[in-house]
Amino acid sequence: MRDQRLWTWHVLAGLVILVFLGLHMTIMHLDIIFGFFNPGDAKPIDWVSVVGRARMGFFTVSYVVLLGAALFHGLYGLRNILFELGPARGVKSALNVVLTVGGVGLFVFGAWAAWTAGVLARSL
Amino acid sequence: MLDNKGHPNRLGVWGWLGGGTWGLERYLYTLHRLTGLGLLLYFLLHIVVTSARAFGPEAWAASMGRVSGGVFVLGEFLVFAAFAFHASNGVRLILVELGFAIGNPIEPIYPYRTSVHEQRPLALGILVLAGLVLAAGGYNFLAHLSH
Ligand code: HEM
Repeated sequence: MRDQRLWTWHVLAGLVILVFLGLHMTIMHLDIIFGFFNPGDAKPIDWVSVVGRARMGFFTVSYVVLLGAALFHGLYGLRNILFELGPARGVKSALNVVLTVGGVGLFVFGAWAAWTAGVLARSL
Repeated sequence: MLDNKGHPNRLGVWGWLGGGTWGLERYLYTLHRLTGLGLLLYFLLHIVVTSARAFGPEAWAASMGRVSGGVFVLGEFLVFAAFAFHASNGVRLILVELGFAIGNPIEPIYPYRTSVHEQRPLALGILVLAGLVLAAGGYNFLAHLSH
């Protein structure tokens, strides 16, 4: 039951990623074709563009949502792949702990970075 | 994830790398897995590298400087290609898992038809979609290189 529920979340997270990563990729890698959210001639990774987006609450929220969804989706996918190789019970428990702690740690760090960048951008 | 209920997974990693004589969808499965793992590896590094923006413009420039040019441009394009495929194929998987595009149950009358016949157009469709996204991305990458 628990695995079915987690798998459902895995698939739902995939849909959330589709929307927000789709937007992210359009902004970062289809910039010449669409030119979304990059002021003037600036490249998407230039500091002016980064600050411009960081000022908008929408991006802070969407980055944190994407961060959480992609961490869960990716790490749960990795867990599936590793569990399929039939590790011993103890190894499975250790993997659960490592992936959960690692995932939560990276989420907190990434969310802090998104929030702090927003505060910094608005103060400039 | 289902437990293997005491039956050992004898093929191990080779089982998911090799498609044998199975059809196209089986190779899409292998590619979905490889692109998923590739995207995950990139993403974990990406979280750390882009967090530099929280420390101001110098830290951001230094961080971006460490991952620019040469092999990183190629790597970035591979990440984009992995995204184009994994996203398109992911939509196919979700549709199929929810029971769409697999046809209706039919009587097993010789010559037998499997649901793979019904699914194949969707598989080809997502490959075309991934190809279109990749072409747009490729054009964009080349345009940047020529600037
Ligand atoms: C672009 C939107 C994405 C969609 C629509 C999507 C969809 C999917 C789907 C449907 C599955 C298979 C689930 C199943 O049938 O059991 C899957 C597996 C997976 N995905 Fe994604 N995904 C996306 C992005 C990502 C990203 C960004 C990552 C990395 C962080 C990722 C990593 C993985 C991994 C590691 C697997 C497991 C592969 C396997 O079990 O063979 N995916 N994805």
